[in-house]
Amino acid sequence: MAQAALAEVGQVPWRKPADQAYLDRYGRVWLIWTIALTVPFVVTGLGLLAVTWLTIPVAAIAFVQAWINPELYAFRGASVLRPKGARHEQSEPVAQGLLGDLLGHEERDLQRQTGIALQRGAMGVWMVGEAGAILLAPGGRRAHCFCVRVTDPGLPPSDRVAHLLLALRTDEQGFATVANHAFCGAPWRVRRRLPKPMRPALDAARSLAREPR
Amino acid sequence: MDASGHSTMAEWTTADDAGFEAAVTQFREQLDQGFIGVLDHGNGQAEQIRELPRDADLVILRRPIAGG
Repeated sequence: MAQAALAEVGQVPWRKPADQAYLDRYGRVWLIWTIALTVPFVVTGLGLLAVTWLTIPVAAIAFVQAWINPELYAFRGASVLRPKGARHEQSEPVAQGLLGDLLGHEERDLQRQTGIALQRGAMGVWMVGEAGAILLAPGGRRAHCFCVRVTDPGLPPSDRVAHLLLALRTDEQGFATVANHAFCGAPWRVRRRLPKPMRPALDAARSLAREPR
Repeated sequence: MDASGHSTMAEWTTADDAGFEAAVTQFREQLDQGFIGVLDHGNGQAEQIRELPRDADLVILRRPIAGG
């Protein structure tokens, strides 16, 4: 009667299952990529300053470049949780009620405050938004940002969250496989780029991710 | 779940055979339209279903998801 795997995994047969080993590998690749985008510009800036103080303007540009590249990636990561699409003010309270029934007391309050539903899974703590999710790995030191959405754009925001939450609860690994990985990095980098009302959800997720299971 | 927030498609009780059969028919029609049946167990676990369980308290029909 029941199916263990998410049906949507069949739509992406070319993807390898996004298991823990895959996520760890992906995190290391992002770390190397970030270093590769940053260190050469810092070294260039320092090298220019070592030659002569006349290079200060060019060195400053190199330092700005070293800062802006990782910031842009972190912005892309945080953007997966930003509200998207029509607000559907009339149907949203009904959808909010159903979503609230799916959540525990604390998670419900946090969702109403921030728009983000928290879900603890085997791979870490998930923050589920309207069109994306962030997974905080155990220990809370790494955030994996995923773009994932429900295929019906006419749904109210809380219904979009509920769809993603139910898919995640059905098959966590399948959910991560279907979703597009947008960014991986330190949670503090993502937090700075999150809209302020959503930041308490990230703080709560980090606290939960630090707790032993 | 739909654009109205959500709609009740069918209701039944374990003793109500006619009601359950109507619910099964409705459930299958929704699956044919692309919805996915989900049974939420309430402990962070949910189950995708192809057949309507007679003893389920709530079965939710959701749309497929995709990478954004």
